[in-house]
Amino acid sequence: MEMTYRDALRQALADAMRDDPDVVIMGEEVGRYGGAYGVTKDLIRDFGPDRVIDTPISEPAIVGAAVGAAMTGLRPVAELMYVDFIGMTMDQLANQAAKIRYMFGGQIGVPMVLRTQGGTGRSAGAQHSQSLEAYVMHTPGLRLAMPATVADAYHLLRQALTKPDPVVFIEHKALYTMKEDVDLSAPALEWGKAAVRRTGDDLVIVTYSRQLHYALDAAKTLSAQGIEATVIDLRTLNPLDFETIRPHVERVGRVMVVSEGAMTCGVAAELAARITEECFDFLHDPVIRVAGEDIPISVSTQLESGSVPGPKLIAETAGRLFA
Amino acid sequence: MTLQHPIPGSNTDLHRLYQEMRRVRSFEERVGELFVRGQTAGSMLHLSIGEESAAVGVCAAMQPQDTFTTHHRGHGIFLARGADPARMMAEIGGKEAGYCHGKGGSMHIADMGLGHLGANAIVGGGIPTVVGAGLAARHKKTGAVSVAFFGDGATGQGILYESMNMAALWGLPVVFCCINNQYGMGTRIDQATANTRLHERAQAFGLNGETVDGLDVESVAAAARRIVDAARAGKPGFLAVDCYRFYGHARKDKSPYRDAAEEDAGRQKDPVAHARARLIAAGLVTAADLDALDAAIDAEMDATIDFTIAQAEPPLSSMFRDVYDPSEPEPEPVRTRLDRVLARE
Ligand SMILES: Cc1ncc(C[n+]2csc(CCOP(=O)(O)OP(=O)(O)O)c2C)c(N)n1
Ligand SMILES: [Mg+2]
Repeated sequence: MEMTYRDALRQALADAMRDDPDVVIMGEEVGRYGGAYGVTKDLIRDFGPDRVIDTPISEPAIVGAAVGAAMTGLRPVAELMYVDFIGMTMDQLANQAAKIRYMFGGQIGVPMVLRTQGGTGRSAGAQHSQSLEAYVMHTPGLRLAMPATVADAYHLLRQALTKPDPVVFIEHKALYTMKEDVDLSAPALEWGKAAVRRTGDDLVIVTYSRQLHYALDAAKTLSAQGIEATVIDLRTLNPLDFETIRPHVERVGRVMVVSEGAMTCGVAAELAARITEECFDFLHDPVIRVAGEDIPISVSTQLESGSVPGPKLIAETAGRLFA
Repeated sequence: MTLQHPIPGSNTDLHRLYQEMRRVRSFEERVGELFVRGQTAGSMLHLSIGEESAAVGVCAAMQPQDTFTTHHRGHGIFLARGADPARMMAEIGGKEAGYCHGKGGSMHIADMGLGHLGANAIVGGGIPTVVGAGLAARHKKTGAVSVAFFGDGATGQGILYESMNMAALWGLPVVFCCINNQYGMGTRIDQATANTRLHERAQAFGLNGETVDGLDVESVAAAARRIVDAARAGKPGFLAVDCYRFYGHARKDKSPYRDAAEEDAGRQKDPVAHARARLIAAGLVTAADLDALDAAIDAEMDATIDFTIAQAEPPLSSMFRDVYDPSEPEPEPVRTRLDRVLARE
């Protein structure tokens, strides 16, 4: 069946709500408005305002209330309209949700999902276009999923809604309208496993979220030049599936990590460090990071797209490794 | 003499309230002693001496199914709720036998069994938790009220107002209890806000709002009962309990920013002494009766120190436990990774 990334997310929420009466959605504009990006459209009609809760514009309390609800028997899905607003919620997320199980000696977990979206592509400007996954990945206790495909949008969200620990679920705003032919009843790849989306012997590209599609585009270009890339989609950044990455790195010996987030101290930096440490003896070249510029995102479409990796930069960079 | 712990909500008679306040006072004095003896794990200890009526009075209005969060000065509240003082003291001492196996300490103590959703070292951090607990209570029809305890300092945090607004908007069974000890560290409440009638803020959001003098524990219990009962019926509330922080902000603070005359006057507002005097004046008990009770309480609390000192620290291997659910792999220790990485030939 053909469906969009947005529809897959909505389907996952609806199915989870049908299966588990304790799932409630809360956030700004999730009900009557249907979600800023339409993900929760009509859910209020199907599940009522007690389970699809429109909130005031109070991000810290939205996340904080989700924490309290998760501790007392609900399985809340809090929606943060843009990941750019995560700073406002960081206390509730990083000091509360992430640490409650540990601080309280394992007495209780916080089984909540924080759904949000990020990334460039809609000329939304510096405060609505960031890729802030590194903030989350840097905080022990938080799980982090970033689906790149329609099937993963569905399955990762369903899986997130069964997890015992808080999951930050970051969608990519440029993917909502992407369509794929999917069979949602087919068995899903396990939570926490990376997907090898393409196999080749010359180069390994490790990536996630929208950059997967750019990497696959680049891999096609490279293939035409006789360079065959393996492309790995991480799917979840916590847990991070290094065991899927390792054999490909050891087999191929050349690695690029591609991320839309700012380069410095970003996800690509962490992966490059780990691959270098763990697989040093197998590497022919330094692990190359292709990541966002260390600058704010502009509203100008030219500056916006120029500040993050795209298929061209990925392919060119890979080509230079073989020049 | 055997000491009976209160079943929350079961009894608000003055003798019982006195006994509970006296237990808090005695416990807090022992926490100070544990610190002096170098036996506490945390460097951050905030004593609630002078604030006993808030803890005891409000807990007396709560029911067993109710939940709550506290701020960093929360020993008294947890004790008034029925906590085991020995396990509390062990937690403050960072010992395995503590409520959180030594990982939480004074400022992160919690116990799901008593509905304690956690103390918090972030000023205001535990406030929105009760909004979520209120939503869950309504959704699951548990009849529980959830109470957030916090200090006057937290009235400077936006999240309090976000939370009160949501609670009022949704008619949640939630209570915001501000223990106004007049100070946030060295800043007196009137140096932090122009309108010190704090309950008016709650009223502006559509909550019930009251301020009660913490000198008299029965007044606190009565006000708390009004506020908590209304919250249970769907009208959330706010209760400020006026009191005075008898000692420094934390153990090492000697309050140089307060003058002696102010402190002397502040310490006149002693809810324990006040209850004691009233009990005796009413002819309900004799001073000797209360002396005997006090001695029994002190002995109980003394034993918590011996207990704590005798307990083991949590094993080093527990360090990686409970970051995630036990069904999931523990994080790989740095040393394990280093061994693996450096073992390459
Ligand atoms: C968000 C945050 N800001 C500052 C602090 C440092 N701090 C700890 S306690 C405190 C004063 C709090 O005063 P109040 O809320 O009145 O509680 P009290 O200590 O009087 O019980 C401050 C500023 C903190 N722990 N958290
Ligand atoms: Mg104070």
